[in-house]
Amino acid sequence: MNMLHTVNKSPFENSSVTSCISMCAKDNSILFIEDAVISVMKATKFTEMIESSLKDFNMYALKPDLEARGLSLDNVIEGVKIVGYEEFVDLTTEHDSVQSWL
Amino acid sequence: MSEDAIIKKFMYVNRKSPYGTIYALESLEVVLITAAFDQEVSLTFTDDGVYQLMKDQKTDGIGMKNFSSTYAALGDYEIKKIFIDKESLEERGLVLSDLQELVWEDEDEDYAEKSSINLVSRADLSKIMNEQDIVMSF
Repeated sequence: MNMLHTVNKSPFENSSVTSCISMCAKDNSILFIEDAVISVMKATKFTEMIESSLKDFNMYALKPDLEARGLSLDNVIEGVKIVGYEEFVDLTTEHDSVQSWL
Repeated sequence: MSEDAIIKKFMYVNRKSPYGTIYALESLEVVLITAAFDQEVSLTFTDDGVYQLMKDQKTDGIGMKNFSSTYAALGDYEIKKIFIDKESLEERGLVLSDLQELVWEDEDEDYAEKSSINLVSRADLSKIMNEQDIVMSF
């Protein structure tokens, strides 16, 4: 199964991001939305976890959520693709299923 | 206000990122109401709450009201003490210059603008929190 995982909570707030990464199958995709976009920023205590997971998963972050929070696109970890709502829709159609981590 | 008016020390502790939940906006509303009653109000930004003060917030893309400019009005409400948790900034790779500069005007010094921002450790916050009459967490 080619699954798309979406996560919407900050990794500092609960374990959704870390649980998602630990249970995500190889070559699946993870899309970070809402407060979860904090996960893909450089120099946080989660940066290393995200960077080392990039070899196993495709990672995406929703641009409008980054911009709303004043998070600079230049500070997004390299390898994480920045996408808009249209690409969000594309991702959901390109994958066999979507798992939303709440 | 009458002479026997009771003034208490209120601290609002902000711990959440601004747009994922309504807490940040609600906190701001309550803070302004409390200050309007001439109470002694301070704000703490800790954990993901530090993101509330990020510069350059642009919310057009998510269709939500950008309330970040309202923090600049806190000084006009005589809120002069804003505490930023140093450790929370550090674990998020942030520095003070990533956040808005907040000031108040000192009428005793020809309305000179003075910074309201205090970068403090969690040990300091513990002491400051313990000196409050009322602490509310958002």
